[in-house]
Order: sequence, then C-alpha cells, then structure tokens
Amino acid sequence: MKVAIIGMGSVGRGLIEMIATKDLGMIVTGIADSKSGIINEHGIDLQKALVRKKETGLCGDPKIKAMEVVTNAKYDVLVEVSPTNAETGEPAISYMKTAMQRKKHVVTSNKGPIALAYKKLISLAKKNGVELRHEATVAGAIPVFHTIEHGLAGNEIYAIYGILNGTCNYILTRMADEGLTYEQALLEAREMGYAEADPTYDVQGIDAAIKLVILANTVWGNGVTLDDVDRTGINLLTPDAIRLAEEEDCTIRLIAEADRRTDLLRVSPRIIRKNHPLVVNGTLNAITIVTDMARDITLIGRGAGSVETASAIIGDLLFIATCYDRRS
Amino acid sequence: MKLEMKDSPGQLVAALKPISDVGGNIIAVIHQREPDSTDDTLSVQIVLELPEKKIDSLIELLHKADVHIQRIGHERLLYRRTVILIGHLMHTDLSDTVDRIDTTGFAEVSELAMSMPAINERSSSRLTIKSVTRDDMDRAMGILHKVANEKDLLLIEPLEEMA
Ligand SMILES: NC(=O)c1ccc[n+]([C@@H]2O[C@H](COP(=O)([O-])OP(=O)(O)OC[C@H]3O[C@@H](n4cnc5c(N)ncnc54)[C@H](OP(=O)(O)O)[C@@H]3O)[C@@H](O)[C@H]2O)c1
Repeated sequence: MKVAIIGMGSVGRGLIEMIATKDLGMIVTGIADSKSGIINEHGIDLQKALVRKKETGLCGDPKIKAMEVVTNAKYDVLVEVSPTNAETGEPAISYMKTAMQRKKHVVTSNKGPIALAYKKLISLAKKNGVELRHEATVAGAIPVFHTIEHGLAGNEIYAIYGILNGTCNYILTRMADEGLTYEQALLEAREMGYAEADPTYDVQGIDAAIKLVILANTVWGNGVTLDDVDRTGINLLTPDAIRLAEEEDCTIRLIAEADRRTDLLRVSPRIIRKNHPLVVNGTLNAITIVTDMARDITLIGRGAGSVETASAIIGDLLFIATCYDRRS
Repeated sequence: MKLEMKDSPGQLVAALKPISDVGGNIIAVIHQREPDSTDDTLSVQIVLELPEKKIDSLIELLHKADVHIQRIGHERLLYRRTVILIGHLMHTDLSDTVDRIDTTGFAEVSELAMSMPAINERSSSRLTIKSVTRDDMDRAMGILHKVANEKDLLLIEPLEEMA
C-alpha cells in the first residue's frame, strides 16, 4: 500500500519510524512539512528523510509544496498529520478534499477538520467510494472508534464519557499527589513537555470539548459543534478543593461526557471516587462507553505521544489495507 | 411521615423526642394546618433519617405518646450529594448560599467543610446536600448552579454513573 504523509512533526516522524522499522507492507511515496516536500513513486528512503529533517528542518525540496504532494504523488492513502487548526481546519481540509476527489483514502490525527467539517468530509468520502478514518484524533493510542464500530457493532451507544486530555489529567494528578497549586503543576507539565507554551486549549477544556464533538458526530452523526458543549476548565481549581474531595475518598478529574439520551455534552471538573475506573494517573486517557448489550466498557491508554499516536494511524491504515486489499 | 397531634405546645416536642430516642435524624419539619380542619389537631410532616429496622419501635413510642400517625412514606431513600464550591465564598456571603438551599424546604445543606487561605484568595468549601427525592436534588442543584453563576463561584459536581 502506498502512503503519502503531510506533516513531519512528532506524529509524522513516529509514523515514518514505524513504517521504516516494522514490516507493515507500506511504502511512502510522498512527504511534506510546512516548508518542503518530497515525491518518489518507488518509495522514499525513510531513514534518509528522518536524518535530513533532523539536520536541516526540511523533509525535502523547498520548491515542492504540501499541496503538490497531495495532488501529484502516487498513493492509496493520504495521512494528514499537520497541526490542528480549530478555527478553520485549513489547510488540512483542502488537502483531504483534494485527496478524496482523487479517490484516495484519508487517515488523520488532525482534530480541526473532523471537528469542523465531519459531515461534509464523510459524504465526500462516500461519494468517492473511499475511507476517511480518524482513530488518532481522540484519545491517542486508544482504539475507541474501532471498538465502537467493530467490537461493539450492533450495540446501541447510549453515552460516552471519560478523560480525554492528558495535560489536564497530569496537572490534576500532581495537585492531588503533591499538594501543588495549579500554577506549580502547570509549570511542571510544561517542563515535562506535556503542556504547550499557551496551555489555554488544554486547561480550559477546549481540547477535550473538540474530542467530545468528534465522538458525538462520529458515533451519532448528530452534527453538534464546539458551541454546543457546556465547558468549564481546570484553571480555577485550588489544592484545597482537591483535599476536600480526598477527605471523602474522592478526587477531582476533568470529565468529558456525551449522553445521547439527554443530549448532554459537557466538559467539567468533577468529584469522582478514587477507585472509579476512570481515575487514571499522569497523562493517561480513559473512556467509558455505555451501551445496551455490552453495558459499560472502559478503555485506558496513552492519549498522546509520537509512536502511540502512530499506532492509531497504523491501525486505520491496516484496516483500509484489509478492506480494500491493495497492499503494494 | 405525616403525624397528627393536639395543637398544644408540648405536643410537637413529645412527637419529636421518640425520633431522637431511636437514633433518628430529623431533616425537616413541615407544619400544615389543614384549612378545613375545625378541630384543634395539628398535622405535621416530618422528614427523617432512621437507622434500619427502627421504624417499628418508633411507631410504638409515638403511640405511647398519643401521637397519631397518619401516613408513613414508603422507605423514602434519602438523596445525598457532595459538591465543592471555589471562589470568594465569604465575600459573596456563604451563609446566604447555604440559605438558598435550606429555605427551599425540600433540600438542605447537611455538612459544610471549608478551607480558608490567605485573605483575598479564593477559598474552597465542600457542601453535602440532602433531599428526599432525586427530583428535589436536581432542583437543589439547579439553584446552586444559579447561585454559583451569580456569585462567580466554580461549582464542582460529582460524576454520576450514567448507566
Ligand atoms: N502529538 C500527539 O501526541 C498527538 C496526538 C493526537 C493527535 N495529534 C494531532 O496530530 C497532528 C500532528 O501533531 P504533531 O504533534 O505531530 O504536530 P507537530 O509536531 O507540530 O508537527 C506538525 C507538522 O506539520 C507540518 N506543517 C505545519 N503546517 C503545515 C502545512 N500548512 N502544510 C503541511 N505541513 C504543515 C509541520 O511542519 P514543520 O516541520 O516544517 O514545522 C510539522 O512537520 C495535530 O493535528 C495534532 O493535533 C497529535
């Protein structure tokens, strides 16, 4: 199977390393980053590309733009792993549309296009007879969509709730374990590389809300948007509040919840029993799926990371390879 | 439970005493002078928490005290929910916040724990609210949401199981 990859950051590099070292039956025919691109229909030398990226900051030729790779490279699947743009979803939406109009499958970890334009993109995929898969957009390595779509096929999904933001979970874990203030824990999260320089998206619950919107749209097709989510962040929490919860054998976690029966969509810090299955530590994510037949299923795993996210992308790629049997 | 007693000063006390004697906890006492009642009896509705299996001894004690039981609610479960409030709690009149729940008649703040950091910093408090029914609890939460909004407090609710 031929793959073109747009974005060679943390996720893109993790994916390229795994394709280069594991026998996955994939060859990469195109790569692009923000400033360069490379096309080779016989397969790019991935080790060389990784070294070049590390040494020069460019994956290929600065004259080749990402859109040219999308339009001209020969591939079966476009992997879109450029940065999330939560306002417009661009330029990723245009990359995806172009690929699907060429009747190419798309696999992405990019939350922007899926949160903003899922309906349009999925109907374009259907129209062109291709797959649009986005396992990596929610909860990193956790195969939540595969679980719902295949493992829980035939179940009615009543509700989905859980911990979808590793940065917040890390901060709350540290506040609880060490009695740190929110500011101290945030500083530590930054030093560990778990929080961005501008942590707004994470700590105000926007990232978790975007993932909730993606879950609801994918599972129920209900067309909800970020504005429909009732959202409260963790930035005003005090260590005292966590201590007060702990006196009752509870703690506080940022919980995202979507309930189809009540149309509830909410991200908020909640008091939760310490022995509740969703109480995971550090940057872990956890999701409970509530269904009619299987009842509750809880998945726990890494919500981010280079190779961890690549795992979800590879799961999607191999699913497509199996369904369409187009191994190279 | 709904009790009927003579409308005389000592009567209510006489009715309430057996409750504490059996280890019960009175949550609310609601007087109801029925409009059409011509005689001198008084109807009182008492919401109480009772140790399991103590109801029989309570009934016996009440009988002895000459208090007539009109109705006993069917093992009414008591709803209990603990929330945390963060903000300028004293500044925004915490006792008023508590009163807004207590004056409803259907819910009350039964426990309050509070941390007081340096002056002018936001404080945190844990409130346990009790009510007779789930609906009442939801109504009480609705009020708390409104108060928290008005007073710019952060309200943290427990995660309810969704199944
Ligand atoms: N990191 C995670 O653990 C994780 C987990 C789940 C989902 N995601 C999502 O996955 C995507 C990639 O994440 P990441 O951590 O790999 O991001 P990243 O490290 O910032 O890398 C982004 C890559 O995209 C390239 N890029 C930027 N603008 C571009 C454009 N206009 N056209 C083409 N390429 C462009 C960048 O180029 P340069 O190298 O030239 O800067 C870089 O190579 C994001 O949407 C993110 O939200 C990430």
